[in-house]
Amino acid sequence: MKRLGVFICHCGANIAGTVDVKSVAEKIGKTEDVAHSADYIYMCSEPGQQIIREAIRGKGLDGVVVACCSPSMHENTFRKAVKSQGMNPYLCEIANIREQCSWVHQKEKEEATRKAEEIIQATLEKVRRNDSLEAIAVAINRRVLVVGGGIAGITASLDLAEGGYEVILLEREPALGGHMAQLSRTFPDLDPAFSGLFLKASEVERHPKIHLHCYSELEDVKGYVGNFELVIRKKATSVDRGRCTGCGICIENCPVEYVSQFERGMGIRKAIDTLYPSSVPNKPVIYREHCRYFIDGSCHRCEEVCPEKAIDFKQEDERISEKVGAVVVATGYELYPKEQLGEYGYGEIPDVIDGLGFERMLSPNGPTKGKIIRPSDGKVPKEMVFIQCVASRDPDRYMPYCSRICCMVTAKHAKIYKEQVPDGQPYIFYMDIRSDCKGYEEFLQKTIEEKRLLYLRGRVSRVFQDDGRVRVLGVDTLTGKMVEVAADMVVLATAIVPSNGVKDLAAKLRATVDRHGFLTEAHIKLYPVESSTKGIYLAGCGQSPKDISDTVSQASATASKIQALLSTDKLLQDPLIAFVDEEICSGCGICVEICPYEAREMDPHRGISMVHSALCQGCGACIASCPNNACELRNGSASQVLRMVDTFVS
Amino acid sequence: MSYRLYGFVTQPFRVDLRMEEIKLETVTSVGKVDSSFLEEATKKSGEDLSLCYQCLKCTAGCPTAPYMDIRPNNIIRMIQMGMKREVLGSSAIWLCVSCETCGTRCPNKIDIGVLMDALREMAIKEGVPAREKNIHLLHEAFVQSIRRGGRVHEATMLIDYKLRSKDFMTDLIPGMMLFLKGKIPLLPSFIKGREEIKRIFERCTKEK
Amino acid sequence: MRFSFFPGCTDHSTSLEYGLSTHAVFKTLGVELVEIEDWNCCGAAATHSINHLLSLCLPARNISKAQSSQAGPLVVPCAGCFNMLKRTEHVLKNDEAERKEIEEIVGFTYQPSLEILALMDVILNRIGLEKVQEKVKKPLKGLKLACYYGCALVRHPKITQLDDPENPQYLDRLMKSLGAEPVEWSYKIDCCGADLALTYGEVVKKLVGRIVSMAKEAGAQCIVTSCGLCQANLEMRQEIGLPIFYFTELMGVAFDVEKRDGWWKKHMISPKPLLESMGLV
Repeated sequence: MKRLGVFICHCGANIAGTVDVKSVAEKIGKTEDVAHSADYIYMCSEPGQQIIREAIRGKGLDGVVVACCSPSMHENTFRKAVKSQGMNPYLCEIANIREQCSWVHQKEKEEATRKAEEIIQATLEKVRRNDSLEAIAVAINRRVLVVGGGIAGITASLDLAEGGYEVILLEREPALGGHMAQLSRTFPDLDPAFSGLFLKASEVERHPKIHLHCYSELEDVKGYVGNFELVIRKKATSVDRGRCTGCGICIENCPVEYVSQFERGMGIRKAIDTLYPSSVPNKPVIYREHCRYFIDGSCHRCEEVCPEKAIDFKQEDERISEKVGAVVVATGYELYPKEQLGEYGYGEIPDVIDGLGFERMLSPNGPTKGKIIRPSDGKVPKEMVFIQCVASRDPDRYMPYCSRICCMVTAKHAKIYKEQVPDGQPYIFYMDIRSDCKGYEEFLQKTIEEKRLLYLRGRVSRVFQDDGRVRVLGVDTLTGKMVEVAADMVVLATAIVPSNGVKDLAAKLRATVDRHGFLTEAHIKLYPVESSTKGIYLAGCGQSPKDISDTVSQASATASKIQALLSTDKLLQDPLIAFVDEEICSGCGICVEICPYEAREMDPHRGISMVHSALCQGCGACIASCPNNACELRNGSASQVLRMVDTFVS
Repeated sequence: MSYRLYGFVTQPFRVDLRMEEIKLETVTSVGKVDSSFLEEATKKSGEDLSLCYQCLKCTAGCPTAPYMDIRPNNIIRMIQMGMKREVLGSSAIWLCVSCETCGTRCPNKIDIGVLMDALREMAIKEGVPAREKNIHLLHEAFVQSIRRGGRVHEATMLIDYKLRSKDFMTDLIPGMMLFLKGKIPLLPSFIKGREEIKRIFERCTKEK
Repeated sequence: MRFSFFPGCTDHSTSLEYGLSTHAVFKTLGVELVEIEDWNCCGAAATHSINHLLSLCLPARNISKAQSSQAGPLVVPCAGCFNMLKRTEHVLKNDEAERKEIEEIVGFTYQPSLEILALMDVILNRIGLEKVQEKVKKPLKGLKLACYYGCALVRHPKITQLDDPENPQYLDRLMKSLGAEPVEWSYKIDCCGADLALTYGEVVKKLVGRIVSMAKEAGAQCIVTSCGLCQANLEMRQEIGLPIFYFTELMGVAFDVEKRDGWWKKHMISPKPLLESMGLV
């Protein structure tokens, strides 16, 4: 007969406030094979674990049930504790009597007590039939893929490379920088954004451990944590990057001009161009959809003028295979398109621009060389309206969440505007001000005080063109009055949304996104930089809206987590996975089709199905679909589950 | 005892905003927000009104806010918005009793009691008729009483006020009680330095 | 010990009993109060509503008189007068341009060494509660009272610099030293609205009603004040007949000074029945 131990946690009042833990411990203690039954205020605490360790030693236990919170919280804690006494950790199981019992039955104490006892009895049934298992050791590749070359990707790459790990950095644009390359100055210190970014990006370009692939995308991913196999598509730049010196003669001579997206529609660019002046790397690409050579073969201008003969119209997309052990997804954000905002003029009013547009205007390397002027007529705007929460915090029509950066961005915009146009009047429409990071509130109050900004509390109802000006209709709830401003120019602080293509990328990586397309983390508080898939990590606005400080912090956190992961040669995986009874398996292949992790494969020689132990996540899909019951889950066999069900229904 | 609700709930606002008059066609259809009123009020009161972030601490503790047409926080807001006519014509500036509860608690160190003094003075100077006529008339009667004798003489001051306000019946009984208790002397006591007082009055009113 | 003394207009009218009891108490304590010569009205609430400069010059004249009397710190019994004098002092000390203007109009040179003190402050911090206790003949044993400070003594704290502006204790400590039992209550610094007493009786009735009923709810048998306007206002505008004392009157009772019957006759709500029931007449 087994000698089992049961340890019931009070979790302060979280469990004990509802469940009568003493009586449960007493009743369970009467079970024949339960050699020890105890309760304690916090089992996860050091004295709590000591109770478990002593009982194992003193009573010679060979199986343990800890009745406490969800296994996602402390399963590891207790398995380590039993292991320290020489017990196989997989003989320790968690009976969740908090999330699944006390929290949901706070008003039914008697029923909750009965249910807690049943949950423990069922878990005992499982432990009685558990096998001793060993963790699966997997060799790992100690290189890292970073997707996205904005400030998040740059930071993570540099941190990892400095830690001695090789990094492959992918950026789909022709240069590094992401949206930070578009910014003028950053709050709250008003440092020039570009110089800081340039410094870091150049470091990336030079770093011997970082393999930078710009104008490139991730085409395919296979594998699992520690062993990912990638296919990278390097798009044809039509410029031999080895030969190109970045002299810019081709750009000067290119006859094709079109509206620049980088300049948010306010500047022009050429068919052969760099992403932005002095970009990193500072080498142009030919945008084939605009190039006359590619449209009708009518122009060879760049090829003619290039002193290095670096133009290569014949260049083709290149596919590279790489292997890495972990992936950082740092795909960043986009602004909610103003073309979809009806009440703000559907993007058709030239003097209504978005925040990034204003940033370009404020940038010395931008379309206006840093001068604030009306896009429609080039005049200096004297009445300037800034509108916050555009498409944010609007669950009905747009985005329900707060985009987090807009309050500070707008204050910064208004401050810079007032510095440049001292006789101008900025009006800021806002719902409330969120300035919750170090130095932010002080920055804001100082700005309001020094610059005499007029904050109007209320959402704008409508913005429309009227006789050369932009009429803004709103309300100031502080005076309760309707407000109408005849503005020269309007800047919309539009919502942050995930950048295009994140969903496809997430699907390739088997990572998940929320309903807005932001990548989901494994746990909002405890595992904030891990995705729900092992080996896939998150950094920056792809996970949620955040400012530069938070992005850099998160990217560094991600890099440290990965360094910890890759610090050993072998990776230990939970052995709680599927296994095949080779004598029963008929080789029908249904499991191979159904497995979402590509962990099932046919053995071509024996004609039966195998489990790829490193890939299997123990989800059970193959077990449910197997027509012959040839498949079982380790320590989760059908007989165990049925016994547990019996406990509840009997 | 749980909590009690006072004023705002039990006493409805005396809403008398005359919407058509105050309607904000508004901050600016032409030109810009007129910041001259903000500058004037800031200079006159010595308080930095741009610091207000509308936490409403002032209004929350104000004993007479429930009876004001514009609440103290809104007075500051309307000054920021350049609504001079509305502010100087409000009852609020006259209903403020200078108890300084607001100024003591303001997180931004704005002394609203002092601001209210400045606004009353501005209203008088600009010839804006006091929305609370009687309060202003009583102040005048009081000050004139000092001007006459150097000290306040309640009997003549009250008669002066009653004549100015033509409000003869209100508070007749408490006044009579004070008189009967021998607390209101019939004859005013004049100080010797009446000429000094007269000169101070002249200088203070002339230089305004 | 000697102080110069500014009685204020109400000393001769609505708060006669405050003046009478103050003088009686100080006589018992052996402290001389020298009334400043030919003082004028401090300007009170009305002046600062009409003319800022005048509201500073009128108190300044009294400060100049106190300076030349050389009778020591200037003591002010009425909280309203105290506040006006302190406001002027604040300007004289902190605003050089305005000080020069005031000095020129009033015709004097300000001496920052002149202290301006509230009567209560003098008793607690200059004379001392030990001295007060020595003089107590009839302790106010069992008398439950609510100490009411109102606005002008404690606000604005940067001006009055007296006690804790949110929970002042001076009066409570003084009353305890007399043997009385001050109750804990939350309305000791709430405004009674005296400024509107003659123009907005209905508003004032509500404010006073709240203060008085809360004092009673807290178990007080009476309220103690230190301001002429508050005392008159609390007495005249309430409907439940709670006696309102000046703190000096209760000191007089405890010191068992003579001729105090005259004080009670000046009250709208006679405190005599209460005092009789406590054996304090």
